[in-house]
Amino acid sequence: MTAQLKFSKDHEWIYLENDDTAVLGITEYAQHALGDLVYVELPKLGAKYNKGAHCAVVESVKTAAEVYTPVTGDIVAVNDALSGDPEILKQSIETGWICKIKMTNKDEVASLMSEDDYQSYLKTL
Amino acid sequence: MGEFAGYDMPLFYALGALKEHEHVRADGMAGVFDISHMGQLRLRGKNGGKNIPEFLQSITPSFFETQKIGAAKYSVLLTDQNTIVDDIIVTKFGTDDFFVVINAGTKDKDIAFLRARLPNEIHMDVLESDLIAVQGSGAVRAIEKIIGQSFDDLYFMQAREVGDMIISRLGYTGEDGFEISVPREQTVHLWQTLMKNDAVKPIGLAARDTLRLEMGFSLYGHDIDEDHTPRESDLGFVCSPKNARASQIPVPSIKRVGIKLNDKGIAREGAEIYVGTTKIGTLSSGGYSPVLKYGIGMGYVPMDHINSENISIKVRDNFIPASIVPLPFIPSRARRQK
Repeated sequence: MTAQLKFSKDHEWIYLENDDTAVLGITEYAQHALGDLVYVELPKLGAKYNKGAHCAVVESVKTAAEVYTPVTGDIVAVNDALSGDPEILKQSIETGWICKIKMTNKDEVASLMSEDDYQSYLKTL
Repeated sequence: MGEFAGYDMPLFYALGALKEHEHVRADGMAGVFDISHMGQLRLRGKNGGKNIPEFLQSITPSFFETQKIGAAKYSVLLTDQNTIVDDIIVTKFGTDDFFVVINAGTKDKDIAFLRARLPNEIHMDVLESDLIAVQGSGAVRAIEKIIGQSFDDLYFMQAREVGDMIISRLGYTGEDGFEISVPREQTVHLWQTLMKNDAVKPIGLAARDTLRLEMGFSLYGHDIDEDHTPRESDLGFVCSPKNARASQIPVPSIKRVGIKLNDKGIAREGAEIYVGTTKIGTLSSGGYSPVLKYGIGMGYVPMDHINSENISIKVRDNFIPASIVPLPFIPSRARRQK
């Protein structure tokens, strides 16, 4: 995977599938904090979300964690495989994505962290 | 790690919560839980065994005068309004000698409650012991190996003192198993000895919660509290017709029930229960059942809805179809005396 990942402080990652579509998932840090996953509530196709709005929920045995979209846009695809097996979320970014967002404000991507910045950020937690 | 009643506790160990849960339920296996955060009390009296049962009957709805030596009894401490201060287990070791286990989050409250009501002739000690639960169908073999004696004649809700330890055959999982009160200086040795057994794994707080939820067991501060009487909490079995306090508890208008989700999703504590568009209650506990592989929970609903098969639980913006079902969700495998 050569796509460049960008990270949010809430432990989401995105990469750009094409010029205006972002693929969203959650980082290993978030996956580890949650533990065994039992359900993923996916966003609805076509739904619109502003940057920072919660668009999905990842449920582990112990807790429910909201997933916030780091970019504004419309949901153009959801990963239905997660409904059958939420643990797929922990696989590679190719299979463990949650949804795809057609961005309406591409400038927002620039405000997200690079992988190096995210790793430094994790050390401060 | 997670915080529980002021204690740092592992939410899960190396296996992870789901495998830990499955391990405790697997044939021949056992899970070990450090539940040392719970409170342990010893009551000692005089007068040939009359005053402690009478005292207990004045603060609970249960009857203790016929309790046998070596028998453990589940009950609840009652407020003056007959709601629940805490749920407790009382074990009788002698006519004037009782052992009481109380919850962690209510420890200080319970001790103050008891001290304020304790007659002069009863002495109460707060024990500085740890509590280790060994739960699962393989627990008895693991314990017999360590203790070096048979527990064939010890059944569910019976206890035995072995040296400085108190070994009670009961637990919070619905499996056969034991809770061992052990002096603090011996705890690490006991834990390490248990861990040498391949059939035994350490179990964290997350699996402890899903295990008790499958059994419909109440968690104090969530499923039972000072807002509900034992009859409302579906703990009517602790109410004895021989205790006058029990007869003061009114017929309930709401009751704690079991709820299963009929569609994908997880409903947790606080989620609202609906019949059609009418809210009838909220969940007091909820989560995922690793055995049943769907969402389950408990909550309080009005008596006219306690058999409703068509309810829904509001989870965020979705209404998940659900049914009220009898508790426990799965049968107990405790080793009851026939």
